[in-house]
Amino acid sequence: MSVRDFLKNLLVSKETEAIVDKIPKPVGSFGYDPWGYNTDAVKIALSVMRPIYEDYFRVEAFGLENIPANGRLLVIANHSGQLPFDGSLVGYAMATSPHTPRVVRVMVERWFPTIPFVGNIFNEMGAVLGDPINCGKMLRNEEAIVVFPEGVRGSGKTWDKRYKLQRFGLGFMHLAMTENTPIIPVGIVGCEETMPTPFHLKRLARLFGMPYLPVTTPIPLPAKVRLYFGEPMTFEGPVSSEDDVAVKVERVKDEINKLIQRGLQERSGWFE
Amino acid sequence: MIHKHKPEILVTGAGGSLAQYVINELKRDYHIVLVDFRRRVQLEEGMSSYRVEYNKRGFEDIFRKHKIEAVIHLGRMGLYESTHRNRYNHNVLGTQRLLDLCHKYEVKKVVVLSTYFVYGASPYNPALLTEEAPLKASELTMDLVDSVELENLANIYLWKYPELNITILRPCNIAGPGVLNSLSLLLSSSMAPVLMGFSPMMQFIHVEDMAHGVVLAFKQNKPGVYNVAADDWVSYQEAVTQCGCRRMPIPSIPEGLPRLISKRMNWKGWPPYLVNYYKYPVIIDGSLFSKTFGFKPHRSLDDIFSYYREKKEMGIL
Repeated sequence: MSVRDFLKNLLVSKETEAIVDKIPKPVGSFGYDPWGYNTDAVKIALSVMRPIYEDYFRVEAFGLENIPANGRLLVIANHSGQLPFDGSLVGYAMATSPHTPRVVRVMVERWFPTIPFVGNIFNEMGAVLGDPINCGKMLRNEEAIVVFPEGVRGSGKTWDKRYKLQRFGLGFMHLAMTENTPIIPVGIVGCEETMPTPFHLKRLARLFGMPYLPVTTPIPLPAKVRLYFGEPMTFEGPVSSEDDVAVKVERVKDEINKLIQRGLQERSGWFE
Repeated sequence: MIHKHKPEILVTGAGGSLAQYVINELKRDYHIVLVDFRRRVQLEEGMSSYRVEYNKRGFEDIFRKHKIEAVIHLGRMGLYESTHRNRYNHNVLGTQRLLDLCHKYEVKKVVVLSTYFVYGASPYNPALLTEEAPLKASELTMDLVDSVELENLANIYLWKYPELNITILRPCNIAGPGVLNSLSLLLSSSMAPVLMGFSPMMQFIHVEDMAHGVVLAFKQNKPGVYNVAADDWVSYQEAVTQCGCRRMPIPSIPEGLPRLISKRMNWKGWPPYLVNYYKYPVIIDGSLFSKTFGFKPHRSLDDIFSYYREKKEMGIL
């Protein structure tokens, strides 16, 4: 029996199995897609994520009804929390949505595929290299993709920059316009408090080839996380100029900012 | 005597498993001239067969003696077969000689077998590489220079001499009965090295399906460069397990260690210059070939893996 079969038998409930099985997702004869997504690995990941999502971070998701049932989709969110928990939480929320459950693909930093075990496990759970060619092909495959346009600028933010959106890359807007893909803006509130980081060890990070090395809590704090899914935004192509793209990106950024502010107003504390 | 009325086609690498499937599909309608640099291949009575190096003078005699109308160039020195210098001489300079002779003797069609290795295995590869993707294999290792150069050469001739109607095929891993490439050697063995923490996605095509793809490319004559792969994918570690191999974990860090181990162990199926292909995925998009030639593989991944598994169970491999 393989490790995956063992974990599946041990962890995956019939309910989780049923959730994944009813989501339409074309895979090959061994359950893989070309990017390495594996149906059984996703079932295991959802089973592992369930207590983290429901009990540890006590996630509340709002606006899941805004997510289209099918077709290509870009889910654009703010990035925070040093570790990529925010992507996993958004993915879990969408896969278990009571409205229209969808498997999402999360774009990861370019150094992830080089890390033993991590890159492989992430791949099987649906994460893919954040590459515009990859992203374009997945959209043409009618996939839903989560993109954090701030990249490591967002995830590696220090405490003094919490909830201040960093510069957004323009790539996602190019894709939205050229691939005719709607955008769902997402504001994530709570992940900033999971790993408060006063500063980074920059030299050590460079030595290990890491994008950043935070001085933070040894494990994520159980801050309550709120996910706010906004209404779909559409941007028609073709791209007339980079300035035009930048203006459109700002519109998405503003929308995410509004969702974050709503979340900050609605919460009464880090853990409540 | 009846062969005189049939068009004559030259098949290189005639001793290989792929060539034999191709010949089997074509022998009814064509007179096949068999060429191999390893040995004189005798498949059936009436077929002309030669053991010759492509870059030796004697090779031209075949074109003088026969009215070759088309060439199916499958004869490559395998990655495990010799030094990279010898492979360069045979695969690159030999192919250049072959293409020059094709031009000189007004051959009307040429099919060249390349490999997906030319794309190179990199952590930054997107999935479903199309034919336009850059060929980065030679950046990674000198041992794959011949594969990239062979492609470049065929591409130059494709544009320089359009009358040759060159079709270049870049298949994924060819596997199945009789195949003797690096990966097939690995799948045939009882133990397969696997890098700890890495199990890249891979594609496989059954040798019979690949042979049919070559025949389609030859018959339909639509020159260009095409990836050839089925729409099915599996991780490397799953593939070796399915083939009945026991996995031998190899430490993946520090980066140079797996190559060093491979070199010391002298593994033909897992040579140092292919280590990256067992670490990072090289997934190709075969849709252009499928659409252009109406190609659909008939053998599943399980058919391929069960061949190796069953032969091992019977003690044949």
